Amino acid sequence: MGKLLQKPKSFYNEFFRSPSPDKLSTHYCPGCGHGVIHKYVAEAMDDFGIADNTIWISPVGCSVFGYYYFDCGHQQVPHGRAPAVATGVKRSHPEAIVISYQGDGDLAAIGGNNIIQAANRGENITVIFVNNSIYGMTGGQMAPTTLVGQTTTTSPYGRNPANEGYPMRMAELIAQLEAPVYVERVALNNAQNRNKTRKAIRKALKIQIDKKGFSLVEILSQCPSGWKVSPVDSLKWMEENQMPYFPLGVFKDVVEQRNPLETKPRIWDKDTIIKMLDLDRQVKEYAKPNPTKDIYEQPKIKVAGFGGQGILMLGVLLSEAAMLNGKQVTWIPSYGPEMRGGTANCQVVIRNNKVGNPSVDKPTILIAMNQPSLDRFEKDVIPGGLIVINETLVTSGVTRDDVDVLAHPFSDIADKQLGTVKVQNSLILGALIKHTNMLDQQAIFDALPAHIKKIDLIPLNKKAIELGFSLG
Amino acid sequence: MAKEFIKGNYAVVKAAILAGAETYFGYPITPASEIAEGSAFYFPKTGRTFLQAESEVASINMLYGAGGAGVRTLTASSSPGISLMQEGISYSVGSEVPCLIVNVNRGGPGLGNIAPEQSDYNQSTKGGGHGSYHLIVLAPNSAQEMCDFTIKGFELADRYRTPVLLLTDAFIGQMMEPVEFPEPISKQDLPSKPWATLGNPQTKKSIINSIYLEPAEMEQHIIRLEKKMDEVKQKEVLFEEYLIEDAEIITVGYGIISRVLKNVVEDLRAKGIKVGLLRPQTLWPFPEKRLAQLAEKVNKFLVVEMSNGQMINDVKLATNCKPEIYFYNRMGGVVPTADEIIHKIENIMGGNNG
Ligand SMILES: Cc1ncc(C[n+]2csc(CCOP(=O)(O)OP(=O)(O)O)c2C)c(N)n1
Ligand code: SF4
Ligand SMILES: [Mg+2]
Repeated sequence: MGKLLQKPKSFYNEFFRSPSPDKLSTHYCPGCGHGVIHKYVAEAMDDFGIADNTIWISPVGCSVFGYYYFDCGHQQVPHGRAPAVATGVKRSHPEAIVISYQGDGDLAAIGGNNIIQAANRGENITVIFVNNSIYGMTGGQMAPTTLVGQTTTTSPYGRNPANEGYPMRMAELIAQLEAPVYVERVALNNAQNRNKTRKAIRKALKIQIDKKGFSLVEILSQCPSGWKVSPVDSLKWMEENQMPYFPLGVFKDVVEQRNPLETKPRIWDKDTIIKMLDLDRQVKEYAKPNPTKDIYEQPKIKVAGFGGQGILMLGVLLSEAAMLNGKQVTWIPSYGPEMRGGTANCQVVIRNNKVGNPSVDKPTILIAMNQPSLDRFEKDVIPGGLIVINETLVTSGVTRDDVDVLAHPFSDIADKQLGTVKVQNSLILGALIKHTNMLDQQAIFDALPAHIKKIDLIPLNKKAIELGFSLG
Repeated sequence: MAKEFIKGNYAVVKAAILAGAETYFGYPITPASEIAEGSAFYFPKTGRTFLQAESEVASINMLYGAGGAGVRTLTASSSPGISLMQEGISYSVGSEVPCLIVNVNRGGPGLGNIAPEQSDYNQSTKGGGHGSYHLIVLAPNSAQEMCDFTIKGFELADRYRTPVLLLTDAFIGQMMEPVEFPEPISKQDLPSKPWATLGNPQTKKSIINSIYLEPAEMEQHIIRLEKKMDEVKQKEVLFEEYLIEDAEIITVGYGIISRVLKNVVEDLRAKGIKVGLLRPQTLWPFPEKRLAQLAEKVNKFLVVEMSNGQMINDVKLATNCKPEIYFYNRMGGVVPTADEIIHKIENIMGGNNG
């Protein structure tokens, strides 16, 4: 058990959360690099006075018990996911200091994409990346950073690039990205490099305090147990094996060029929220409709045609108007295979009470915008129901004689009299409302602004509805 | 506030903001993308965080971070994405992190399709990830309930410090209906969370953690979690009944199926067959007590599902297989029509009343 001599203030005096009877020693093996790195981070936390505001993220690895030691908030998280969790924490509390403390298996293997993406987003967090070229916690298996020829329990013949590729230089990889501010690799092999490690950690934390963005310090760290060497020999092992492959140095430093990140405050003012959510519409009263037939009191409507004929919108406007007029209503679009082949339909159920099934198998009203729609759905309409036909695209008439028919060349009329075929749906809507008197006409006009996002199109649609009234 | 005519998926987004959600993390997948798109539009407008994560694995871990840091947070996905989240969901249960996860159930297994199914019932209600646990699972059947259950989901998540799953499908998500939204919650009315890591001196001792190395300690932790869920079972069961009093056969269905069943009940009653409907609104906790009561006086049940038969096992357990339990299902995104179910019930009832 490694003892820490002078304890930084950000370290607990007694490790009360540790299950070990010895509350003064860490759980790390003798000669382990983690303890040294912990001390440097705690000292930096002392110097900046940030422990009160720090949230420490510990994924799985030998350092998963970070919460035994640091006197700050903690989240223990799944293997490799520290950068994602850190993102969630930091986006929730931009003022907090978030430290993601990760091993090499954690960061380079299972969490490879998470670290790259967090770095690429420029999350304002500090990543301490402890590269010991091994999976320490699980008993010395191969890591992505295990060196060529290095024997581990899962590379008993030595790492073979032909089988498992080459060790990954993560600092260099991360430094390639645009967003990161500062990326450096340091080592614990001698006093001089340990001093550099101390400085690098301080710098990385300062960057976060100054809201400058993402920084990562990769630390070559000894794992005597995993390397199967004595604590004393481990430093030599590091110099002979790790250091030739993992060059030390600063791979990226753009601190001076970067401005502090800005975060927008949350809005809690109720009126502003209601307005921003488009929930600030006024309630209006409408006349009780007086339908021309009883069946139009609670009709089921199917609107069918080609995609692009404004079919879905016709249904939505009708439904919105029904709601404004005090009705219960559902609207569903056609889905799945029906959406292919250019046909589209939507189904609207209007009732005085809660709607059950929103699907319309036997419509009261069928609006057939083209021939295939009439062919397909004519037989389903209830006896005494209504079929609205767009004669521009429907050449055959209705074959049944037990239904009411409202037929006009709607597309042509829209094109010639309103200047665009696009408003054929509003034209039909007007004709339908006039014919059935199922809703208050004013409700139809008031339905437009809620769903037609381009406000300059509203007047033309109004005109189309009015013209439609004359066709009903 | 005036009623809104709105899609279920968008109702979730607005309701979440009204409920005080501060962060949304998610990865696109049909048919849940509308919730991400709606959030991308409305969250920034209200000073909240929307972030498209690199995967569902990342999304759920971002929720873990945000939920652990004491803010209301949500994600939405569909079946394959929810599968990827299972590790993070298990951790959230273990570390007692509240969050809301919406699953717009699509066709599976595998890539399946984007049509509505209810095939994630078992995954949702039996655990889904590793370890001993249950999620609270809410099953809306209307756009209004997409709103109401979003808000309720956050409340339950905070009250019990546990993730809540809103299990819905492409049909409910795509359907537009009038929705009455409540007033936004004020910041003071949000529950205080002294256990969370808020990044301040008061919560310095907070620790979000699921490790208990000592088996006896771990056992105690699980027992504590179980006790919490026992309380959920006692207090939070929700269901709706329709014409059940004199029913000779009771249909059981949730989500979009319950809407179809309502018509079935009405149509068959018009023909003189006394049919009732029980709709679980919470799938976990399941309305097992009520089903047991009903099984005392009604001896025919018909369970209708858009899966290979998952909820039916809970009905069998709840009723101790005492009544005759029939099953009707469609899969792959086929939504059964009222006529199909009517036909099934007429057959069960021997056609005598037909
Ligand atoms: C999903 C998952 N897979 C595997 C493990 C097992 N596991 C725990 S720690 C670890 C490797 C740790 O190595 P590293 O990240 O290098 O940290 P070190 O212990 O060397 O500091 C593994 C594979 C796990 N906890 N979770
Ligand atoms: S196994 Fe290696 S990394 Fe883990 S505590 Fe021991 S020396 Fe340190
Ligand atoms: Mg390691």
